[in-house]
Amino acid sequence: MGTQNFKIAVVVVSLLALLIVVPYCNSFVVLLATRAMVFAILAMSLDILLGFTGLPSLGQAAYFGVGAYLTAILANNYGFGLKWDFWLMIPIGMAVGGVLAAFFGLFAIRATGTYFLMITLALGQCVWGLAYRWNSMTGGDNGITMKGGRPQFGFDLSNHINFFYLTFAFFAATLLALYVLVRSPFGKSLLGIRERELRMRILGYNVWLHKYVAFIIAGAFGGLSGVLWAHANGIVTPETLVLTTSVDALLMTVLGGAGTLVGGAIGSAIVFGLREYVSTLVPWWQYVLGGVYVLTILYLPTGLMGIPERIKQWRNSQKKHETAKMASAPS
Amino acid sequence: MTSASRNLRSILIGTAVTVGLGLSAPVGAEELRIGYLAPLTGGLAQTGIDMRDGFLLYLDQHGNKLGGMDVKLIIEDEQGKGDVAVTKAKKLVLQDKVHMLIGGVLASTGYALAPVSTELKTMYIPTIPAADDLTQRRLTEFPYLVRTSWSSSQPHHPLGQWACDEGYKKIVTIAADYAFGYEVVGGFQKAFEDCGGKIVQKIWPPLGAKDFGPFIPTIKGDADAVFSLMVGPMPAQFIKQMRGAGFKKPILGGGTSYDEFVLPFMGDEAIGDVSALHYSAALQTPENEVFVKAYRAKFGKVPSYYSENNYTTAMWLDEAIKKAGGKFPGPEELIKIMVGIKLDKTPRGPVSFDDMRNPIQNIYIKKVEKKKMFGYDKDELWNTVTKTYPNVSQFWTYGKDKFLAQPVYDKNFPPCKFCE
Amino acid sequence: MNTQFWVVQAFNGISYGALLFLVGAGLSLIFGVMRIVNLSHGSYFLLGGYVALSVIGTTGSWLLSIPIATLTIAVVGLIMERLFLRPEGHAKLVRDAVIALGTALVIRLLIGPILPRLLPGQIGAIIQVTLVVIVLAIPIFLLLQRISAVAIEADLLRQVLMTVGFAFLFQQAALDIWGGNNFDIQPPSALTQSLVIGDIYLPLYRLFMIVGALVIGIALWLAMEKTRMGAAVRATVDDAQMARGVGIDTNKISMLIFALGAGMAALGGVIGGAFLGVYPGLDFEMLPIAFAVVIIGGMGSLGGAAIGALLVGLADNFGKALFPELAYFTLYAPMVLILAIKPTGLFGRD
Repeated sequence: MGTQNFKIAVVVVSLLALLIVVPYCNSFVVLLATRAMVFAILAMSLDILLGFTGLPSLGQAAYFGVGAYLTAILANNYGFGLKWDFWLMIPIGMAVGGVLAAFFGLFAIRATGTYFLMITLALGQCVWGLAYRWNSMTGGDNGITMKGGRPQFGFDLSNHINFFYLTFAFFAATLLALYVLVRSPFGKSLLGIRERELRMRILGYNVWLHKYVAFIIAGAFGGLSGVLWAHANGIVTPETLVLTTSVDALLMTVLGGAGTLVGGAIGSAIVFGLREYVSTLVPWWQYVLGGVYVLTILYLPTGLMGIPERIKQWRNSQKKHETAKMASAPS
Repeated sequence: MTSASRNLRSILIGTAVTVGLGLSAPVGAEELRIGYLAPLTGGLAQTGIDMRDGFLLYLDQHGNKLGGMDVKLIIEDEQGKGDVAVTKAKKLVLQDKVHMLIGGVLASTGYALAPVSTELKTMYIPTIPAADDLTQRRLTEFPYLVRTSWSSSQPHHPLGQWACDEGYKKIVTIAADYAFGYEVVGGFQKAFEDCGGKIVQKIWPPLGAKDFGPFIPTIKGDADAVFSLMVGPMPAQFIKQMRGAGFKKPILGGGTSYDEFVLPFMGDEAIGDVSALHYSAALQTPENEVFVKAYRAKFGKVPSYYSENNYTTAMWLDEAIKKAGGKFPGPEELIKIMVGIKLDKTPRGPVSFDDMRNPIQNIYIKKVEKKKMFGYDKDELWNTVTKTYPNVSQFWTYGKDKFLAQPVYDKNFPPCKFCE
Repeated sequence: MNTQFWVVQAFNGISYGALLFLVGAGLSLIFGVMRIVNLSHGSYFLLGGYVALSVIGTTGSWLLSIPIATLTIAVVGLIMERLFLRPEGHAKLVRDAVIALGTALVIRLLIGPILPRLLPGQIGAIIQVTLVVIVLAIPIFLLLQRISAVAIEADLLRQVLMTVGFAFLFQQAALDIWGGNNFDIQPPSALTQSLVIGDIYLPLYRLFMIVGALVIGIALWLAMEKTRMGAAVRATVDDAQMARGVGIDTNKISMLIFALGAGMAALGGVIGGAFLGVYPGLDFEMLPIAFAVVIIGGMGSLGGAAIGALLVGLADNFGKALFPELAYFTLYAPMVLILAIKPTGLFGRD
């Protein structure tokens, strides 16, 4: 339990550091941090599936996209969500993500392993196809530019530092909510399903329902990140829910460490850092990104969050190795 | 693939990165800081490189100076994504303190960057994004925007008139199903029908379609010709498949169906097809010949309108800064100076601005021909200019007010009155 | 809409399906044997097209470009499989060395601008780069040796992600090597003609695609059904553990099938290059469509891939012709429906 508290303390301190330091950095860093945090919400929502339930989804961008499109459409066509009603947009975005997930879950949850990967990919592509082709609603390839700017409700969100604070609040709240969720008895049963599905089934758990609920929760938080994403960029295009966005979310989660929640946030920070910061320095940033993926996957299977564990393992094996050597030396 | 290996080698040896690093001269006398946004990775990378090269060529020819000011060009990879373009634009303005933003390719990127320019009170020159409303119905939202290139429908009004004058009566349109396609087809249809022609069918393949198998058999048999608007990898396949399917009638095209970005990769099937644009690399003027030769010598390919538009943008800025007294006078003032400048000797011909900050320029009706040009020894495909409509504005002959009173061209506007 | 319309549309759909079969069959077999979802399959398709372009550019021969591109990419696939997906023994050393060199190269690129030029001239620069990279690579290699990779063979998700990492690397490499133009492969003029039957024009190239896919499909089927090797492959698809138990070298089979799959995707890239073009972004465009084929047909089944390819080709074609507004949706929605009814696809086995 001691290490758990220590970990929580580290996370809290890091969050506070983020909150205090970033606003004093140059504005580009603030923008990137904001974008990374929005994406981190998506990555963490995916972690509920991947890390805690053992369901690798390749369609998480669907909820992200639906949240973002809905935000943009409501704002542009009805002026909704640009004043205090922004706060209504949050539950609406989560609801639409959740409802979509509830619908998709009916198809997807039966499948396991690779088949789950495939069916979520197919579902994600369906939503992409609609966004890409439904011109009258989504603006097709051009997407939707949000004409009204960011919401104003006494707190001027068009200021990028204010928007950073808002995003931070949602990011921290999501982290807390999901943490509580995975520590709850429900979360424990999810872990049980990930580890030993058959055993849980025999113990009388409704495995399908557990997975289904986890799927919906992940969808809801995906929707939330979409709402924020629309406002962060002021533009929503089919690029938002293309296959590579789902792949990105998956890679971020694994890069940081699946099953750790904060891993998704770390992965998101690294990917955005590489893609948008390193790309301001060098034109061949894609090699760096691809290289980091390959290196992590090969040498850090538990992600960056797994580094301490890896070092410990390595030391132990080193010790074992040495004692073995010493034992074998005299003979 | 010599350019390819050169590409790779320059990356390895590190010459290519110096521009991107922005590690140029220390701050001394005031330099002109330009934030340049172009996709350098992903599917649009080559477009971005052509744009950048056009701009760089001008700087190179003029000692890296515009109007006497040293230029610090900071090039950012916008990756062909609107949201990345927005972030990079803000980075350029807020961190690098650039005086202006230039670039973007897609209309969506133009629409994403224009509000950023308003918000940050920074001049923005969309050198490629052609969406009509950027300089039409929505211009008032973007006081810091000046467009040096074209609006989507601009070249296609004259083409519609031309088709009518040539005696075409019934035409079927096939165009990529997105806003740019609507605006191009809309402009063509408006002028063609106003003159008495009939658009009898509109077919909209999805953007990015390369297999036209599903669409070609649906073309109505009684049409005199087809008008196409294709982009990126679509045009070459379209022509090939049309002719392969036995279509023998004339094919007309919107600008990007035959521009010099796609032409070198087309087969001989394209010969004889007619299109319209505000630039052709085969334009026989001394200015253009010099430009084509210089560009080709330096970058190993014939310049496309992507390159020319950016070259001319640099030229326009050069004049504007010169007029401002060799310093950056602030965005409002520079825009005011710039829109008053008429250039007579750009590669594309004389250009000036209308009062909605879009160029008035020649529109060229071009026919694809296989021939030798400018002393190059190989037979190649060129867009031979067969007719010039001088000084065409984005409002064609309709007049600004009347034109702006109609809605922006869309999938169903103008309505297809003669489609069954 | 008369008979002619339906005939031409069906013909077009079938010919597109023929192309999809080449891409899908390899993907399906790889999955069947290795249980890997190979997300770099689209990259093989694109790289095949690019290699063919280079071959045509240097030799002028389209015919020659087909085997060369296929073999080149098969070797690329083979290397990827041997070093990164199923490394055994010395392969791990080679893999670490490759990674060390790659990492060193990236570091060299990063620090490049601040390094002094010690050797003069172009050749001097190249020598210097090589030396710096090697010097940097040695400590990295030793470090990698110490931390040693965690076995990836049994971890499905990591293998999938590994293939994505490679897809990104291939994408950038292709851009650097071949540039980003929209290339087109010109087949010999004999194939650009059309067969005219009454009012109906049937492009010979599409006919060629159908015949080509048929020939390859039948050859593969015969190989799978009638040879010992084929029997071993089928046994591995059914149950790899059992196959190993009865003495089948599943390791060799996985290597073979991966190379075959990569080669077929590349072949698709060459043949499709004359029909779709060759340009950056084609890789990630083909990938989901290839998956649609495999998912509908069922993974690991050659017959399934054939049926899946035909269905997707026809669904895509008729979807676009009849409901252009819903294109793509008409492609992926049936896929979801089939999966919902039968999660393993029409012909897949669990």
